[in-house]
Amino acid sequence: MSSIIELKNLTKIYREDGNEVVAVDNVNLQIQKGEFTAIVGPSGSGKTTLLNLLGGIDKPTSGQIIVDGTDITRLSFSQLVDFRLHNIGFVFQSYNLIPVLTAKENVEFVMFLQNRPQSEREKRSTELLTAIGLAERMNSRPSKLSGGQQQRVAVARALAPRPKFVLADEPTANLDSRSAENLLEIMEMLNRNENITFIFSTHDPRVMRKARRIVTLLDGHIDNDTVTG
Amino acid sequence: MIRLAWKNIWRNPTRSLIILVAIAIGVISGSVFTAFYNGMIYQRIDDAIANETSNIQIHAPSYLENKEITDTIANIHKILPLLDTITTLKSYSLRFKTMSMLSSANNNSGIVLIGIDPIQEKKTTNIWKHIVQGQYLSSEKKNTLLIGEKLANKLKIKLRSKVVLTLQDTKGNLISAAFRVSGIYNTGNTGFDERVVYATWHDIKNLFPDSTLLIHEIAIALQNDKHTSNYAEKLKISLPFADVKTWKELYPEVGLMADYTQYLQLIYMTIIFLALSFGIINTMLMAVMERTRELGMLMAIGMKRTKIFQMITYETIMLMGSGTIVGLFLTYIIIQILSTTGINLASFAKGLNQMGLSAMVYPVLTLREYLQTIELVLVAGFLSSLIPARRALKLTPSEALRKQ
Repeated sequence: MSSIIELKNLTKIYREDGNEVVAVDNVNLQIQKGEFTAIVGPSGSGKTTLLNLLGGIDKPTSGQIIVDGTDITRLSFSQLVDFRLHNIGFVFQSYNLIPVLTAKENVEFVMFLQNRPQSEREKRSTELLTAIGLAERMNSRPSKLSGGQQQRVAVARALAPRPKFVLADEPTANLDSRSAENLLEIMEMLNRNENITFIFSTHDPRVMRKARRIVTLLDGHIDNDTVTG
Repeated sequence: MIRLAWKNIWRNPTRSLIILVAIAIGVISGSVFTAFYNGMIYQRIDDAIANETSNIQIHAPSYLENKEITDTIANIHKILPLLDTITTLKSYSLRFKTMSMLSSANNNSGIVLIGIDPIQEKKTTNIWKHIVQGQYLSSEKKNTLLIGEKLANKLKIKLRSKVVLTLQDTKGNLISAAFRVSGIYNTGNTGFDERVVYATWHDIKNLFPDSTLLIHEIAIALQNDKHTSNYAEKLKISLPFADVKTWKELYPEVGLMADYTQYLQLIYMTIIFLALSFGIINTMLMAVMERTRELGMLMAIGMKRTKIFQMITYETIMLMGSGTIVGLFLTYIIIQILSTTGINLASFAKGLNQMGLSAMVYPVLTLREYLQTIELVLVAGFLSSLIPARRALKLTPSEALRKQ
């Protein structure tokens, strides 16, 4: 298996009111293509910071993040925006869909940013929403969808630009157990069938059970790294 | 992007509607005021051209400065064929014109005496349309005058009253003759009505038995004022021995008012949009702050800063543009109604007439002024978007996503 992400001596220190907080402490990690990896740990252990660094939406204090051969810590702000657009899919804890667009338009939007033709956007958004079981709700606005449905749309949006991997920050945190189960099944299905790499932060035991690798963070460093399946 | 910006405006319909209504009211007030002022000035210009100066006048070079009776136009036989070549010529009138004294049994007054061919003058100016008592001049009736109502009141004379006209002859001697008032006119311009008296060429010629007809002024009326400058320039080149002037040069104060109308709307609208801009900036800042997390998400998934700037600029321009379109549409309806009914300022008539302005105002707003408002909105919208857009661009995705 080829390594799609490699973290080398990654450190992130926040400086607030003269105090230093080490959020990520000298982390070394490799993620292979097709992994279904959970990053777990107690609150404040650095899960979200690590995902932000992996996603290129935050800059490390030191260390390297190599994504498919590119050290993204060396990219400028605008290069990073472009890199994220074409290489990384994001699923956020609180869905973060655009409320004035329909489910289908939300999925299409990221492809619009990629300047993909209208016909391709239509085709792919329909395919993805059908795959996640929302074919009949694709013209509904987020406010008309349940939390679980909104998060599924967020997954479809993350997959729309054909990213190298998907980062999901506590994707089930706001969902009831049935919706969480349903979302996980979809993510797992996409991982198995289409070999899409998923990395998600969580402290939800249901999610941890599904993960095939669990990286445990404690005080910003890797406390445990277990392959379960 | 435009569709998204439009949908974003209506996330908070109440807030957007309030600012939209404020913009519409601003546009209506600025535009209707401009139209009102335009109506007043255009009417003054139309009256000045139609009743007083015509579009172009020709004099002897020293006439306007000295107003001597001997400053007559030379080489008229060379001028008239040239006038006939003007394709948009309506008509022209050759005038005797000098300062005189008109006396009644009760009073006397300094006047400008204009000697005319009644038929030709009728084709050139509208003074005949403003007769309120009696009749227009006729070559058949001897020694008759057409005077303004204001002058008639001043001299305390009526229709068919006898008056004595006193003026200098070409040798500087005073000559007098008795006339009767055949008609009284009222143009609504107090200054003009009090000063200008018309007589026929025929009667004037009788006062100067030893001279040929003295022509001091040629008033040229064109079918459309937009050709005035063009033809005046051509005549100036062709007639180096004469003094050719447009109505704007003859009445610089009216010309100034006409020029001012071009900038009036720009000034008013700039002030109005400047005031409204603060409300719009505030609205857009609130919109940006409310969407901090969403903007963070957009940046995270790969929306470039230029696109975010573009989205906020579109939203601001669309918000202002919507209010402006509603405002201009209502302005159009209001002006259509008022341009038919007119605005009657009868209670201010005396003051307005003294300034040469009519008490009945018909508002006018030109296409250029409608378009100018739209141009201004685009500029104001863009400028108003800069502060909210800057606020949005200062966000970093990780910080914005952390905002609750």
